Amino acid sequence: MKGTLFKRIIAAGFTGFYRNRTVSLSSIFILTITLSIIASFFFFRSIFNFTLDQLTSRVDVRMYFTVDATEAQIGEVKAKLLGLPQVQSVAYTSREQALAEFRERHSGDQLTLQALDELGNNPFGGSLSIIAKDPTQYEAIANSISSGAQFLGENSSVVDKVNYYQLKDSIDKLNQIIKWVNTVGFWLSMIFILMSCMIVYNTIRLAIFVYRDEIAVMKLVGASNMYIRGPFIVEAILYGLVATIITLVMMYPATVWITKKTVIFFEGMNLNAYYLAHVLQLAGILLASGIILAVISSLLAVRKYLKV
Amino acid sequence: MLYFDRVTKEYENGAKVLEDISLTVNQGELVSIVGHSGAGKTTLIKLLLAEEKPTEGTVSFQSENIHRLKGSRMTNYRRKVGVVFQDFRLIPNKTAYENVAFAMEAAGKHDHEIEQDVPHVLDLVDLRDKMNHFPHQLSGGEQQRVAIARAIINRPEIIIADEPTGNLDPINTYDIVQILKKINDLGTTVILTTHNKGIVDNLGRRVITMENGRIIRDAKSGKFSL
Repeated sequence: MKGTLFKRIIAAGFTGFYRNRTVSLSSIFILTITLSIIASFFFFRSIFNFTLDQLTSRVDVRMYFTVDATEAQIGEVKAKLLGLPQVQSVAYTSREQALAEFRERHSGDQLTLQALDELGNNPFGGSLSIIAKDPTQYEAIANSISSGAQFLGENSSVVDKVNYYQLKDSIDKLNQIIKWVNTVGFWLSMIFILMSCMIVYNTIRLAIFVYRDEIAVMKLVGASNMYIRGPFIVEAILYGLVATIITLVMMYPATVWITKKTVIFFEGMNLNAYYLAHVLQLAGILLASGIILAVISSLLAVRKYLKV
Repeated sequence: MLYFDRVTKEYENGAKVLEDISLTVNQGELVSIVGHSGAGKTTLIKLLLAEEKPTEGTVSFQSENIHRLKGSRMTNYRRKVGVVFQDFRLIPNKTAYENVAFAMEAAGKHDHEIEQDVPHVLDLVDLRDKMNHFPHQLSGGEQQRVAIARAIINRPEIIIADEPTGNLDPINTYDIVQILKKINDLGTTVILTTHNKGIVDNLGRRVITMENGRIIRDAKSGKFSL
């Protein structure tokens, strides 16, 4: 008998979903909007993390050497730096490279290039750019280096300057922004999700309000609470399912479009590729949120009318 | 089988709609309850269906206080009582067949029983050819006959009909009363509220007359008189 009841509840849910098309459509519409908001947060976070990675990888500590520092001396310093636990990588720029880069940067500025030519020899020293494993660790690295002779030994005489202090402010600021965005982003998404939950709840509540007399009749005819609730739960699951499918399908052209518009700005961030790579994860998140939202809303809404 | 023991119903605003009602209905009876609007007929029915609770006194069915029933025992009680309303109260997005079948499904009957009993009962109320119609495709009389079919499908011990002919023309009224009489002849207790004099006089059965929340007359083979 349990099996028969279960079968009937499922069948009644499907029939109700089809026959009350208007109600089903409006619930699915609102649910789709909610799920789109959740999906946007999913993408927003990925864009944000990507941009943050890009920014932090650009921050570095640069150590400039005097013009008479030999490659061997610089190599020694590089090896020492790599020995520091906070350092992820150290990149070497030779004197010639520095000159070439300078010429390229000022290719439109004849005056500067002339002045450079008049000098006769290459005024640039080699440099090492140091990248930390985490942006918060630059200070520790800079402190180690600035202990001077202690850290560098006899090579300290060839170090011209370390420019961390010029970057210190921007690094600190970036760290603050990361913290701020994380906190604000979390609360903002909570508020948005809560708001959309209330909208979904109200829509489904209005939809079920239409059935209040019917629910009363069902009770009087001798249907148990579970038997009345069952088909509404099945309908709610269908709402969640359909809304998830619509959202996922809509996200494909949306991400293609956004990728086209932003590929230059985000430098290599391909949102569409990201979507395709994470489509299963996203589907899981949307399906779970959609079904949970719809089912809880229906249960709350029906509960009110079951007290006959 | 049904007892009202000194039942009083008073609403929160102080309106007393039923006062000191004591009443017994025996198995197999056909009882008409008559009275003006506001006499308390509908409240009496609501108490019987456990839609409302009495302020004082008890209502019992087969010596069980129905207002103490909870959960599945309340569901069971409701399956023993078939109800017919003035406004039919069919489920609008179910066909005539499905409306009747719903009561059986809810009671957990097997599919083969449903397939066998529903057409049979729809035959009894002369609606077999319209069983796939939705309520809005049926006339008032036809809708009421569907409601009666739904009320009797689970073979209840008692049928309560609250102004079942209130929205119907004389010919349909006659049909509905004949059906209720037939059901009663087959052994089911029927309680009928009405203010249609013709029905009551024609039936020639027990008549309870109510006025201002009290029973003023209870006649074994009564006529409608106010």
